[in-house]
Amino acid sequence: MIADWLERKEVCICAGSGGVGKTTTSAAVALGMAARGKKVAVLTIDPAKRLANSLGLPELGNEERLVKADVEGELWAMMLDPKRTFDELVEWHAPDERTRDAVLSNRIYQELSNAVAGSQEYMAMEKLHELHQEGRYDLLVLDTPPTRNALDFLDAPKKLATFIDSRTLQLFTTPGMLGLKVLGRGSGVAMSVLKRTTGIDLLDDLSSFFSSFGDMAEGFRERAESVNALLADSRSAFVLVTSPRADAVEEAAWFHHRLLDAGLPFAGVVANRVHPPAPRGNPAADLERLLGDDALAGKVMRTFEEQRRLAAQDRSNLADLRRRLGRKPMIEVPHLDDDIHDLDGLRRMDEYLFG
Amino acid sequence: MSSLLDKRLVLVTGKGGVGKTTVTAALGLVAVRRGKRVVLCEVAEQTRLGGMLEPLPEEDLDVVSVDPERAKREWLSYQLKSRTLAGLLTASGLFQYLTAAAPGLTELVTMGKIWDLSQLSPRTGGPGYDLTIVDAPATGHGLAMLRAPSTYASIARVGPVGRHAERIDSFIRDPALTGVLTVALPEEMPVNETVEFERALQRELNISIDLIVVNALHPSRFDKDDMRRLDDTEGAGKVARAAIEAARSEHRRAHAERLQVRRLRRAASAPVHTLPRVFEPELGHEHLERLSAELERRL
Repeated sequence: MIADWLERKEVCICAGSGGVGKTTTSAAVALGMAARGKKVAVLTIDPAKRLANSLGLPELGNEERLVKADVEGELWAMMLDPKRTFDELVEWHAPDERTRDAVLSNRIYQELSNAVAGSQEYMAMEKLHELHQEGRYDLLVLDTPPTRNALDFLDAPKKLATFIDSRTLQLFTTPGMLGLKVLGRGSGVAMSVLKRTTGIDLLDDLSSFFSSFGDMAEGFRERAESVNALLADSRSAFVLVTSPRADAVEEAAWFHHRLLDAGLPFAGVVANRVHPPAPRGNPAADLERLLGDDALAGKVMRTFEEQRRLAAQDRSNLADLRRRLGRKPMIEVPHLDDDIHDLDGLRRMDEYLFG
Repeated sequence: MSSLLDKRLVLVTGKGGVGKTTVTAALGLVAVRRGKRVVLCEVAEQTRLGGMLEPLPEEDLDVVSVDPERAKREWLSYQLKSRTLAGLLTASGLFQYLTAAAPGLTELVTMGKIWDLSQLSPRTGGPGYDLTIVDAPATGHGLAMLRAPSTYASIARVGPVGRHAERIDSFIRDPALTGVLTVALPEEMPVNETVEFERALQRELNISIDLIVVNALHPSRFDKDDMRRLDDTEGAGKVARAAIEAARSEHRRAHAERLQVRRLRRAASAPVHTLPRVFEPELGHEHLERLSAELERRL
């Protein structure tokens, strides 16, 4: 079924809240598409190297690696190193070696690129864009970071572009208060307050960061725009990953709403870890007779009742989500006995995702 | 381990969906029973703690939600010693523009607000508490927030921000004042992540985890003999077969989970405690009380 969602798509973005099996789902989707003859690369930005785990690889670098998966197509995987992606980007945009070195050795840059909040997300989008431009794959699958706010990463390119925007540059590079006049009245006060509250040294560093970054700002802004354009393109598909837990369902519904608002191409929902419904009826008497042991029968009954309760709750939460999604498709993956951390496990998900 | 409750600040970390909020609430109840005045703190638009604890008549337990934007304004008015000026500035747009653009500042200010809460007489007012327990953001296990003060202390070497960041940084790095409790699940990847988080915290900030709580451990009801008898059962009806399959499935899961807990105990430096899985759709107060009693037995 998910193969239909991804028909003629070049980018698949798996999004959702933390702890719903997003990384595993991304890997299973990538493996499944590779098994169906596509050349697929799956990208993760997760700092905990979960994908490496899923693929049975000890570690992934900042480059795609071919996964020995015995598939008809090809499965490549990479774990992003945000710091290295950022450095590469600076090298790419820098007009000359001197500027490149000035930026790479600037303290503000180093702090910024060391995965201070936000830049990870940006680098994921950046790498996605780069790989898409190169056109070496039929399909790119992106596992998004586990931000509490599931859509934060969408704003990341814009946020960084704003940070290095030329107007900010002017502010720091124009001598005296002249630069501030551009920004309107009251700015002078703001600036002196900023100095007072942040410390001169910070401003000096920022200023030299911005002046060496100056020539690159435009390039970054353009890139951010084309990344955003790629996400909104009909060749992209957003797959929302969730679990049937009430809080995850709540977040999924809200996420769906925001995707539509932003005009982004939403393909469908994958609900992981669904407890399968149990048949009706009370097996207590049957169990006691068969087992001839009331204590054991009692333990089995207790377990069964617990499973039933979980299944009923999952049903009701997912029904709620379906109502809120309208006619959008949903795939359910049952709760599997042991968690998935290798290729065999991913293949077990295949029958549900592609069945 | 009772020393965890003798600290001033406890950060409950862990990735999303592991039960951080539940553990935060349960730990809060334990601390209150030990006679502490406690404030539970959640970050951003999360408001689950309040609902979870609401009808509990705990006088010594407050719930505070830290809104990073508001924290930013408060921080500014403290720096300026003027609420009016701060209001003008935050409304002006330029300040918004600059602070929104500065990476990590939100985390710093949020951490600053949490630090302030944990002081005996907070400068932003309020009663002062014996213990502040924080339901930390899930992103990167909350590492970004813990790292922000040290990052800023090194960027802004001089000036009030640098000094402030340094003060917060040394507070959260002082094991007598600040504790870290990490919540995990008894599964392969969460266990790996917990071990990696512990190492990163140690390596980057020289902070040790005080306690790891493995949440939602399935009960181990059946032994090998039980399983053999279930396997040998013949002639069961459809429903009884489903019930037996549920028992088998739970047995497999319980076994796999215990292997994971053992693995975590071997790999982690911090002590590891477990909490039982609650088979209820919504966590009620009786369950919260039960979990907090379980936690108390182990603290």
